[in-house]
Amino acid sequence: MDNQRPSDRESIIGKSVPRSALRQLVHGRGRYTDDIQLPRMLELVFVRSPLAHAKIVNINIDDALRQPGIAHIFTGADIAEICKPWNGEAAHRPNLKSAPQYPLAMEQVTWQGEPIVAILAETRAQAEDAIDHVFIDFEELPAVVDPHGALEASAPLIHPDLGTNLADEQLIEAGSPDEAFNKALHVVEADFTFGRQTGVTLEPRSVIADYNSGSRSLTVYQSHQSPFQMQDLYAQNLAIDENNVRVICPDVGGAFGVKLHIYGDEVAAVASSVLTGRPVKFVADRMESFVSDTHARDHRVKARMAVSANGRIQAFEVDDLSAVGPYGHARRFSIVEGLQTITSAAAPYKFKHYRGRTRIVYQNKNMIGMYRGVGLPIACAVGEQMVDLAAAAVHMDPLEFRRQNYIDDDMYPHTTATGIHFEQLSLHQCLTQLKALMNYDELRQEQQQQRERGIYRGIGIATFIEQTAYGSRYYGPTEARVSVQEGCTLKLEPTGKVRCLTSATEQGQGTTAGIAQIVAEELGIGVDDISVIHGDSGTTPYGGGSWASRGAAMAGEAALKAARQLQSNILEVAAALLDLAPQELTLSRSRICLKHNGQSCMELEEVAKIGHFRQDQLPADLQPEFAVTRSHVPRNDVPPYYVANGVQASYLEVDTHTGIIRLLRHWAVDDCGRILNPMIVDEQVRGGIVQGIGGALLEKCHYDLQGQMLNASMADYLVPMASEMPDIHVEHVETPTRYTQLGAKGVGEAGTIGAIGVMWCAINDALRPLGAQVKEQPFTPEVILDALKQTHQ
Amino acid sequence: MKAPLFDYVNATSLDQALGLLDQYGEEARIIAGGQSLMATLNMRLSQPQVLIDINSIQGLSGVRETRKDIRIGALTRHMELLESDIVKEHLPLIASAMPHVAHVAIRNRGTIGGSLSMADPAAELPACCVALDATFELSSRSGQRVVKARDFFSGLYTTERQDNEILTQITIPKCAPQQLHYFEEINRRQGDFAIVGLACTAAVKKGLMSSKRSLKALDVVIFGCEDKPTRLAQTCLHLIGTSIDKNTITAAKQKLEQELNPTANLEGRADTKLHLATVLLERALLSLARDIGTID
Amino acid sequence: MQNTREIAFTLNGEEVSHRVPVRQHLADFLRHELGLTGTHIGCEQGVCGACTIRVNGRSARSCLMLAVQADGCVVETIEGISQSGEIADLQHEFIQRNAAQCAFCTPGMLMTAADLIGGKEPVSRDAIRDHISGNYCRCTGYHAIVDAIESTLNKRLASDKSNPHHG
Ligand SMILES: Cc1cc2nc3c(=O)[nH]c(=O)nc-3n(C[C@H](O)[C@H](O)[C@H](O)COP(=O)(O)OP(=O)(O)OC[C@H]3O[C@@H](n4cnc5c(N)ncnc54)[C@H](O)[C@@H]3O)c2cc1C
Ligand code: FES
Ligand code: FES
Repeated sequence: MDNQRPSDRESIIGKSVPRSALRQLVHGRGRYTDDIQLPRMLELVFVRSPLAHAKIVNINIDDALRQPGIAHIFTGADIAEICKPWNGEAAHRPNLKSAPQYPLAMEQVTWQGEPIVAILAETRAQAEDAIDHVFIDFEELPAVVDPHGALEASAPLIHPDLGTNLADEQLIEAGSPDEAFNKALHVVEADFTFGRQTGVTLEPRSVIADYNSGSRSLTVYQSHQSPFQMQDLYAQNLAIDENNVRVICPDVGGAFGVKLHIYGDEVAAVASSVLTGRPVKFVADRMESFVSDTHARDHRVKARMAVSANGRIQAFEVDDLSAVGPYGHARRFSIVEGLQTITSAAAPYKFKHYRGRTRIVYQNKNMIGMYRGVGLPIACAVGEQMVDLAAAAVHMDPLEFRRQNYIDDDMYPHTTATGIHFEQLSLHQCLTQLKALMNYDELRQEQQQQRERGIYRGIGIATFIEQTAYGSRYYGPTEARVSVQEGCTLKLEPTGKVRCLTSATEQGQGTTAGIAQIVAEELGIGVDDISVIHGDSGTTPYGGGSWASRGAAMAGEAALKAARQLQSNILEVAAALLDLAPQELTLSRSRICLKHNGQSCMELEEVAKIGHFRQDQLPADLQPEFAVTRSHVPRNDVPPYYVANGVQASYLEVDTHTGIIRLLRHWAVDDCGRILNPMIVDEQVRGGIVQGIGGALLEKCHYDLQGQMLNASMADYLVPMASEMPDIHVEHVETPTRYTQLGAKGVGEAGTIGAIGVMWCAINDALRPLGAQVKEQPFTPEVILDALKQTHQ
Repeated sequence: MKAPLFDYVNATSLDQALGLLDQYGEEARIIAGGQSLMATLNMRLSQPQVLIDINSIQGLSGVRETRKDIRIGALTRHMELLESDIVKEHLPLIASAMPHVAHVAIRNRGTIGGSLSMADPAAELPACCVALDATFELSSRSGQRVVKARDFFSGLYTTERQDNEILTQITIPKCAPQQLHYFEEINRRQGDFAIVGLACTAAVKKGLMSSKRSLKALDVVIFGCEDKPTRLAQTCLHLIGTSIDKNTITAAKQKLEQELNPTANLEGRADTKLHLATVLLERALLSLARDIGTID
Repeated sequence: MQNTREIAFTLNGEEVSHRVPVRQHLADFLRHELGLTGTHIGCEQGVCGACTIRVNGRSARSCLMLAVQADGCVVETIEGISQSGEIADLQHEFIQRNAAQCAFCTPGMLMTAADLIGGKEPVSRDAIRDHISGNYCRCTGYHAIVDAIESTLNKRLASDKSNPHHG
């Protein structure tokens, strides 16, 4: 399969073309869901559970209904009459247990923040006024909060029907790990605690549902990553003909996986529109976001690594415990973080003996879902920390230790002991480039000099891999109705401009700009000659949407195929008009040109005009086909994902008196396959890194022993702000995948995946001479000080 | 969330505002900069019957210099303090604290009177006022009274201000030419409230030989630890009359550990906060010692 | 018992009068009553900066002001300063550097950054970071935003130098 670009014209792919979508956005002229006002629209607010675990004994809404402006109030039972529950089970994993989930709580509440009652009023303020007038009697039950505790025999069961709080357990074993550990000269061990965090998209989750009771059709505007998934869900669960359901995702103010899921409150809003026949708007406020947007991480990991005297990794073992809230997310499941943790930790390294186990437990906290990077940041942090410990055990430089243990360049294609298939990675090249970029040797000297002055600086290096664009072999067997195909329709307009309808959706990643570049390149037109339409299940081809860094790789490939077909259709018409063979022609600078010498023959606009208005000038049997649709789905005989890779480095200073960490510099060398737009890729990496740094240093959902979230506000849940973040230097290596013509792999999660690990390594590098190591993130001043204190005892 | 229902009066004179306060008592809430109050309204943590807006009252704002003192109107915005030359010259402690207070848009509206009335235990201005021995002028229908900053803060978000009183003016003695000061706070992000902070002023007895130089006066205030700014009276008493050196610093840290009783919050346990306070004390004393010349 | 008041103020150069519920914050009023949806809401607590506008020439959080308090004020929003061309160069730099991704933070970020680019002195990257430290951006990681502000300011300073009478 060829990755060759047409050589006869200047390439647009690979250029840092600015995103045209930004023109309106920087003027404040975007259109986000909450910006939309529909006539007769009602505002919806929820009464949410104040308790983590309780039986609902009685709900009294009489007084609330009498409050000013209140139009309707619905309970779980009201909504359940027209809406079926969903379930986070997977057909091919019979051991994975999950309870059915209803839009609103039915007999019991299972986390603080679970929606119970929907209040619809003329204004949001009025709906909120009525909250105090809804009276709910609860019978409080003991809350299952601690993941270890959840597995104890005495633990209360969250869903008695499941018979256990253990959702699933997965094991991987390769080679003979026990024997290898027994024989090894050095075995290093460590425990890790990963705090719970959440996505904190700046635009909260938002939905407007507009059900037309006359035509029994439903239009939903939703701040979401997958309009198709939601169309399918509304059609299935609300029993509306799918062709009458249309989901539109207008501008979306950040998503990161938070907006990929099925949320009870959003479905309840849609159901409320069906029940009332009026448009209904629900926009989560920030406090609701904290207790209802999907959370992530919350893992306890134990790991061991065996290493030989000459610094070769021989065996590795990971035991992961993952707490996921009270339900598995339907269609996305709750096991993925755990699975990725045990399949991807230390995956860039060549060792043969491995054992991985993950246990997934339910607890009475908000649900865990697929937040940027999913389990890969955990895998990276565990793997890279263990590698640092192993390097220290054999007194090797951690960078050289990595180089020595990386999968060799001649070993591809390669399947790791953990079970991942790598087509081709560029580990060695990335590391070499990083070493030069960061001036590694000089930096180590500087670090040493500072240490002598009592200043503790750390250098961290973290190698990461990023599985992107999960395909049908992954999702298909789950029967989860997740589409992994992407589609693209191209329409040549009479003026020679092009409309592109893609199934990819946009939350700011720049995917649609990349797609425009692909189309522009293939059709020999400018990016400004293309307008991209996306995020509308009613008009664009069906697809998955945007998740798992799939936009460029999948939707880009579909666009490439469509553009090549449209090009050939255009040239066929042009050839007829010019009395030449299509093979003799090419498209360049909006003209039809001779392939052999580039000489211009006619304007593309002229062909477009004739094809649309003057078909009388064409041969009788020639049908101009100026609208083309193509799809892309990964082949079934290749792995169900592409694997991108890269390496990050951090240089930071730990104030050993206060535990405050100052970030000095940060570098990343990333290989995301074929690069469509380097600027967009850089910014994806930078933004992802800062999100990861947020998780590493600042972000944590604090819960008390009763399952109450203690910091559900932006004043108390700290996110990274500009002052503390470093400048980030990004470079690239390009190893295109050969599984597609385009060769792009994906980059949306790379920065985040490596960042927690690189911080962990850097901090422990700084603390190592003091004999201290951190075992728990986020690395708050207290965590650092505690680690230091232990060394004094 | 959206604010609950309330009434709103834009008071145009102090008398009008005080009259309304008298009338509504604890059901009324003054709104100054709104940078704390509006958030609590939006979260429905506060449900007053009436808001009395004091922003249109003339004469409540501005920084003035008298012979001995600096007078700051309660409605003076954080930004005015930050930009004020008078503050830079005569209240260097406040000048060094202001960049730590919130962010530009919040400073543009937030007021000193609001900050002091709010009495957040982790806020900078209450601590500085205690360190600088400021006095607060409180007005009500029955007249005016003056309360020392050191008596004003009574607990978590509570002060000696009565429901019918408005804080109108803050008076702070000018910094003497020889006076030294130190301000530092520990937080994880610029502009956040402090995890632990320290504000201090000191005066030095002169002496030609550095060993003869000693502390004549010292006031150290720790904030972010207890339910209000904590003046370390015992610790300071112990240090006054000494010249600062390694031994006195060690002893002072021990004193602090006896004197300070931090409460845990999300930013740290009590023992963590106590440790951080000793770190700040040490840094403050080292800085003073360097200024004095007893340690280089 | 919905309390309302009549207010009159200058909005983006135009005189506006309107009746507003007294409990409504200015951000909601601008967005939902006047349709100026460029001012965004991310927290209603003053923390995220998405709602930053300009009141009487200074940046302010519109979620921490009541609409009634705008009475008699001069209010400018992203729509106003975009239309006037005041920050056209800054917006251009934001586009050129991809300093906006989802762009939900961008209007507030631009309002805050606008303070910085009118000066006569260069501003360090650290000072730029400090100035925008109250504006949350989840997407960009801030680096490109700092770049865009820095380069706008530097270009303005350079053109002031070459054209001293200008501005
Ligand atoms: C994101 C953010 C970060 C912040 N960071 C900091 C920080 O780091 N440090 C810090 O100190 N502050 C910080 N603040 C708070 C800010 O400084 C507030 O401006 C200040 O605490 C309150 O002042 P205000 O004028 O806005 O008061 P308002 O919010 O108007 O009022 C606060 C309280 O004081 C009462 N009140 C106000 N004025 C008077 C008066 N003259 N007489 C009697 N009672 C009165 C009110 O009734 C109300 O109860 C932050 C705020 C935000 C939103
Ligand atoms: S919405 Fe106003 S600061 Fe966040
Ligand atoms: S660009 Fe998305 S929040 Fe800043």
